[in-house]
Amino acid sequence: MLSKRIIPCLDVKDGRTVKGVNFVDLRDAGDPVELAAQYAQQGADELVFLDITATHERRKTMIEMVKSVARQLNIPFTIGGGITEIADAEALLNAGADKISINSAAVRNPKLIEELAKAFGVQFVVVAVDTKHVDGKNWVHLNGGRLMTELQTETWIKQAEQLGAGEILLTSMDHDGTKAGFDCNLLKKVNESINIPIIASGGAGSMAHFTEVFQKTNVDAALAASVFHYGEILIPDLKQELSRHQIPVRI
Amino acid sequence: MNENTTSNNTIGIVNYGAGNIFSLTAALDRQGISYGMVNNEADLEKYSHIIIPGVGHAGAAMQKLQQTGLVEAIKALTKPVLGICVGMQLLTDHSEEGNADLIGIVPIKTKLFDKALGIKIPHMGWNNVNFTNNSLFTNVKPLAQFYFVHSYFIEYNPIFDIASVTYGNKFSAAIQKNNFFGVQFHPEKSGEAGEQLLKNFSMIR
Repeated sequence: MLSKRIIPCLDVKDGRTVKGVNFVDLRDAGDPVELAAQYAQQGADELVFLDITATHERRKTMIEMVKSVARQLNIPFTIGGGITEIADAEALLNAGADKISINSAAVRNPKLIEELAKAFGVQFVVVAVDTKHVDGKNWVHLNGGRLMTELQTETWIKQAEQLGAGEILLTSMDHDGTKAGFDCNLLKKVNESINIPIIASGGAGSMAHFTEVFQKTNVDAALAASVFHYGEILIPDLKQELSRHQIPVRI
Repeated sequence: MNENTTSNNTIGIVNYGAGNIFSLTAALDRQGISYGMVNNEADLEKYSHIIIPGVGHAGAAMQKLQQTGLVEAIKALTKPVLGICVGMQLLTDHSEEGNADLIGIVPIKTKLFDKALGIKIPHMGWNNVNFTNNSLFTNVKPLAQFYFVHSYFIEYNPIFDIASVTYGNKFSAAIQKNNFFGVQFHPEKSGEAGEQLLKNFSMIR
């Protein structure tokens, strides 16, 4: 049976992981390679690295990091952040990335999804969508939720699927950081409207939230950052808990 | 079989430009399995084992393989060969992807998943593999999970099937015909189970 995937998300700046990471036996919490290996060993099914570097050296630093990760890691990983053209994606593919995630670049230039899918296959293209509830509707937001677009979330996601997205990473900005649980209503609705895998993101605070999102929405994966980084939820415990609720996981 | 036999084995990776092979070579490095690239027919002689990798479109991959001029030489190989993902599909007769005729070593077909079965496409993630008693799966735990990502599958045929998986319908996760093996999942991305499988392949005689 296809397992539900548990995906820790790591923020990367200048080739180093940022945000407090709290593993006791980690020699260097800023080393993406060591951290990734640690998560793989704990049983993470996949990793997402989000590059938040803003400098001109970004691309070069990122490629080096991706190569180091690919040399060590025996599970798939996705790279997101700052990918605006085919050449960016191709460099990451050749460095060993399994998937790339695009967000604002896709909103600004939807054809990019199509071009990437054609060049590298749909399995390589994750479209990340940040959504916020405003006046009774769900709207796509950019710049970490600061910039509202004129795209309705459900419409945009369907369009992304048609253009060749192989997977959707849907983050609820209303739930992100609240630790109050995933946005199950929206996730359920979106999940039922498309035929590609969807990763739930935003709001994970407890193991019960993961159980809830898989029971209520049939999404394919759940992503979280801080609850894993701070050791509030340990992946082996989480998988046991999900398994107890008859949710298929890889143990 | 002892350590010495292993170290004499070297895998040749068919380098025909269908997808990146960085993750595969990285996985072989981690397992201490030596390898090199196969760019022409003479290169096939240099190695004890051959891997045909492949990601992307099966029809396009077949065209690229044909451009290398290696198809007939691959068909004639008697040493162990492992096709991975699209590399496995190439071993079959035909793919619905691009309505393409393939190498045709294993007389079965590669088909598109049926949306009507209520499944999402691509089949992406970790799925349980039900393997038979085959040396490719030595020391792999029964029903171990491997990482899949694909939209086309190889039809189940009990003659060639050595591992099956269910997603919508039952299909082949791994096949064998004589010295030719194929796996639909990505061993290089499938954690310890995948690493064990690569090690097993490198020791097949």
